[in-house]
Amino acid sequence: MTAVAGSRPTERALTTSERLVRFMNKTPIHIALGIIAVIWLAPTVGLLVTSFRPRSDIQVTGWWESFLQFRYTLENYQQVLASQGMLDAFFNTLWIAVPSTLIPLVLASMAAYAFSWLNFPFRDALFLLVVALLMIPVQVAFIPLLKLFAPTGLLNSYGAIWLAHTAFALPFGIFLLRNFFITLPRDLIEAARIDGASTVGIFRQIVVPLSVPAIAAYGIFQFLWVWNDLLMALVFVQRGDMWPMTKAIQNLLSQYGTEWHLLAAGAFILMFVPLIVFFSLQRYFVQGLLAGSVK
Amino acid sequence: MAVVTPGGVDAAGVATTAAPATSPATPIAGRRWDRAVILFLGPTALLMLIFLIYPTLYTIALSFNRGRRGEFTEWVGLQHYIGLLNDKSFINLSTFPPSGAIWNNVLWAIFYTGFVIFLGLVVAVLASRVRYESIIKAVVFLPMAIAATALAIIWNFVYAPDPNIGLLNAILDPFTSGSISWLGNPALVNAALIAAGIWGSVGFATVILSAALKSIPSEVLEAARTDGANERQIFFRIILPMVSLPISVLAVTLLVNVIKLFDLIYVLTNGGPGVSSRVIAFTMYNESIPGGQFGRGAAITVIMLLLLIPIMAFNIRRFRSSRVV
Repeated sequence: MTAVAGSRPTERALTTSERLVRFMNKTPIHIALGIIAVIWLAPTVGLLVTSFRPRSDIQVTGWWESFLQFRYTLENYQQVLASQGMLDAFFNTLWIAVPSTLIPLVLASMAAYAFSWLNFPFRDALFLLVVALLMIPVQVAFIPLLKLFAPTGLLNSYGAIWLAHTAFALPFGIFLLRNFFITLPRDLIEAARIDGASTVGIFRQIVVPLSVPAIAAYGIFQFLWVWNDLLMALVFVQRGDMWPMTKAIQNLLSQYGTEWHLLAAGAFILMFVPLIVFFSLQRYFVQGLLAGSVK
Repeated sequence: MAVVTPGGVDAAGVATTAAPATSPATPIAGRRWDRAVILFLGPTALLMLIFLIYPTLYTIALSFNRGRRGEFTEWVGLQHYIGLLNDKSFINLSTFPPSGAIWNNVLWAIFYTGFVIFLGLVVAVLASRVRYESIIKAVVFLPMAIAATALAIIWNFVYAPDPNIGLLNAILDPFTSGSISWLGNPALVNAALIAAGIWGSVGFATVILSAALKSIPSEVLEAARTDGANERQIFFRIILPMVSLPISVLAVTLLVNVIKLFDLIYVLTNGGPGVSSRVIAFTMYNESIPGGQFGRGAAITVIMLLLLIPIMAFNIRRFRSSRVV
């Protein structure tokens, strides 16, 4: 790696001048990073500022001019929460997301334990099948599951979307948690076994407590995945009063595309929980998201 | 293919050495066939069989059937596939440049993947030189947290033709005559959507590539500097070769994103104007659910599956080479 063409050791003086050059080189870096920060912040900040501006102001001046006017209001939020039903949609999203996170969390932990520490026929082949199923797009579920659910009444409840989200979350959860569980110290589990702990006992008292970071990362990833989902909700939530926020906002956009004050406030209500999670649990969040890149 | 290891994130499998290379999961000694498996794996196996494997097989079969109301009515062979290839909104190679949903996915695959990796590398390298690295990374990563629906609303504002709403038209206002309809012009709409997609994903690439850059031993870089290598040589001859594996993993992940891309298109343009910004996953939804063309929708899903199979094989191979199964 050090074999940079035609290079030879140089004297100290050059290293010093090189340091000077590198110091001066930093100014363009700061400028470039400043531009990058503005490009990545301005669109979101613009939405946030717009969401607090009176409707009459939004129509006549840009959000970037509002810092001089300094007229802000909470009215947009009141309107979108109450008369546009965003408050109901918020609770619908919550009511979809919590079971769709907890069910796969429990089931994937249990299955991952079986794949990592229990013996059964075709274990490795079945695990490869799980890895293969990671890639299956949710689209395969639409038609068959709509047919399957239609006579059961599940489409009039959240049962359909809970089951659909769970099924498509399991391969990734098993994959992620199994790869964590196999790194647990073998001696610890052997010792517990010798002390007479049952299979269930080892899972509950050793494997789960030691795997909290991985389980948390998966839980956060799955929660935000469902929170932010639109496609599954479009297909498996058919009653208007059960729509989550993503669908409610898409609806707002297609019906009142120029009611900017409502759109901005609505979008921010949708973003609020993920942003809180992002800022408070950034470590787990980034881990879960990176790990989730296979999904 | 990242794995959360006890030490922290193994960024998209950058440091596969972090996980044990030998099969660690030799089961607990003395047990041959642990009956508790039925308890631990049973419910999961049942759910995956009914809601994942059965629908996959059903959809594949349905793609060769008339598929009225999603039921098996009459076998039609490849008719849906032939119909799709002749559908100008799906794939149109008769003009130059080509158009249609498949072609738009190709544009996404090239420009979205390319720019996300390039910009991710630029931000990671630049940020590593300054003290406020973590702030820059957090700022760029932020869009990853929010829903694609929210991202679509954000960019709906940026692209708005009204210069009092649309930031982009406000900036360009002094230089152009009249505002530009970024999302309403078939010639611009795909570029505008791809730019919004890039904005949303660069943070992901930055975090992965930044972890990869940090895994390069500083002695190597110091040695090269002492040997008189300039920054450009160091970048192209040391850094780039050493992050080529994470880049390939990242590229695969982004390609999967492209194949599954739906929300952004659906919310921002609904495939329009006309059909000019449709992508494959959008067409699948549109034909199946509002359109009721279930057989055709199934055929599109099978095409998505075919595109994903090489990626699936790539992942399984990587998985098997990193640890013995």
